[in-house]
Amino acid sequence: MHTKTIAQLLDLLNKRECSSVELTQIFLDRIKRYDKSLNCFITLTEEMALAAAAVEDQKRAKGQHQFLSGIPIAHKDIFCTQGVKTSCGSKMLDNFISPYDATVVKNFKEAGTILLGKTNMDEFAMGSSNETSYYGPVRNPWDLKAVAGGSSGGSAAAVAASLSPGSTGTDTGGSIRQPAALCNVTGLKPTYGRVSRYGMVAFASSLDQGGPLAKTAEDCALMLQAMAGVDLKDSTSLDKPVPNYCATLNASLEGVRIGIPKEFFQAGLHPEVEASVQEAIKVLEKLGAKIKPISLPNTGLAVPTYYVIAPAEASSNLSRFDGVRFGYRCHEPKNLDDLYKRSRTEGFGAEVKRRILIGTYVLSAGYFDAYYIQAQKVRKLITNDFQEAFREVDIILGPTTPTPAFNLGEKSNDPVSMYLCDIYTINVNLAGLPALSMPGGFVNNRPTGLQLIGNYFEEAKLLNVAHQFQQITDWHAKTPTIFEESLS
Amino acid sequence: MPISQETIKYIAHLARLNIENTRDGDSIQADLNRIVAMVDQITATNTKGVDPIAHSLEAAERLRTDVVTETDQRDSLLALAPKAEAGLFLVPIVLE
Repeated sequence: MHTKTIAQLLDLLNKRECSSVELTQIFLDRIKRYDKSLNCFITLTEEMALAAAAVEDQKRAKGQHQFLSGIPIAHKDIFCTQGVKTSCGSKMLDNFISPYDATVVKNFKEAGTILLGKTNMDEFAMGSSNETSYYGPVRNPWDLKAVAGGSSGGSAAAVAASLSPGSTGTDTGGSIRQPAALCNVTGLKPTYGRVSRYGMVAFASSLDQGGPLAKTAEDCALMLQAMAGVDLKDSTSLDKPVPNYCATLNASLEGVRIGIPKEFFQAGLHPEVEASVQEAIKVLEKLGAKIKPISLPNTGLAVPTYYVIAPAEASSNLSRFDGVRFGYRCHEPKNLDDLYKRSRTEGFGAEVKRRILIGTYVLSAGYFDAYYIQAQKVRKLITNDFQEAFREVDIILGPTTPTPAFNLGEKSNDPVSMYLCDIYTINVNLAGLPALSMPGGFVNNRPTGLQLIGNYFEEAKLLNVAHQFQQITDWHAKTPTIFEESLS
Repeated sequence: MPISQETIKYIAHLARLNIENTRDGDSIQADLNRIVAMVDQITATNTKGVDPIAHSLEAAERLRTDVVTETDQRDSLLALAPKAEAGLFLVPIVLE
């Protein structure tokens, strides 16, 4: 039961072959049994989940159910959930019980989903390995010595180990797609503005975007359907019609033009990851797609540009954590300045402090033009590269990450080498485009991901291509064997 | 350009973070310098005539009518405060 997709579970619920309470209990039992070794969850909402599942079962019996009624899911602990701890992976918010729901959380409630719990993540979503979490790293279900990726590491690993059929994540520089790739699940970062950011703890406001992680593209389509849409509470959410993402999943790929950027296949790319992309190209050609070489000449500038813009925005966003209104406060502050400084110094972890310092530096007098304004100009060049490419192709394909998952601790002493893990994903955030990562193979039993990038608001096309790919490949259906034992 | 220890102290003060008296003071400087050396790549890029963008879709932010949509949640918000009294957030004495 636990390895079924959301679409399959909905089918069972609709046929009354299982109840939401039964389903919810299966996943809660699996979490209790297996999460000790994985550390995917920061908070489990067992009682709330079972009560909500019973309500959804009653609604279904009366024919009053919604389109995802009774499906258990998990939210990344960056989404505010009313009455439930929302820590953002930080000591700073370890005591924070959110007084309201994020719009994404509200939308999922209205769609009838059941919240199993809140997933582990890099502190304030700053990290690519989930090792910066105050609650300890998430382990990769395929190899417990390996990282799960980050920052949505708990969300990705929970889906991979079938502790949750689907999870939400957020993606500022690759934080949905990179852990999806490293854990063998499908993850979608929508167009900037497609999904409301209201109630999503802000890291870099011009880059952050919420999205789904699930076993298949079809499940991501179902989840995105619940998430997407304009929200008056987020002035950066965009008022564009939300298509029916499932309606076009089966569209033919005949004649779809897929671009392969040469800059994604240079030094640093693991040869077997490259081979998996070449295999995927053959599969997509078989499905009727036309492959075209393209160029994104400013790809190499994406990581340095991001590490000006994202920390600048973070330093501003995180200035709200001052020990006064909510969150951590130091003991016995001597004066107001001591209250601010010690609360922040003790409440934030090392990576968050590094990024606040970098951000403060690039925004400070004398450096603002050279770094911040220059980065915003290079951001325009990177965006132009994509727009140039989308004149010739419909979709761009490449690897999600240069290598499969690395070992825990392997890169923790070298921030720059950690940052370079996101070399293929970061440019997408700078341009605000939608992109999806899907399973594409294995290197020594560690998964690799394929990234599809689309033009603005082309999520349906990405899901269509991924779904068609998943109809004739089975990488996405592979699950880590140590969590296969059924408890039901 | 490498960041001096003095600049780091100044930046840390602006960000209201303590880096003095921490064992990792030196490693913060080394890490920041490695990061700055990496981001320095963009300073050599020719961006003549390019307008900076803050929003990738260059969309204007929507405005809405200025009406109250939220209910009064003063008590539940104050309940989150580390110290509050009589409807106020408490901080150490600012004026003696």
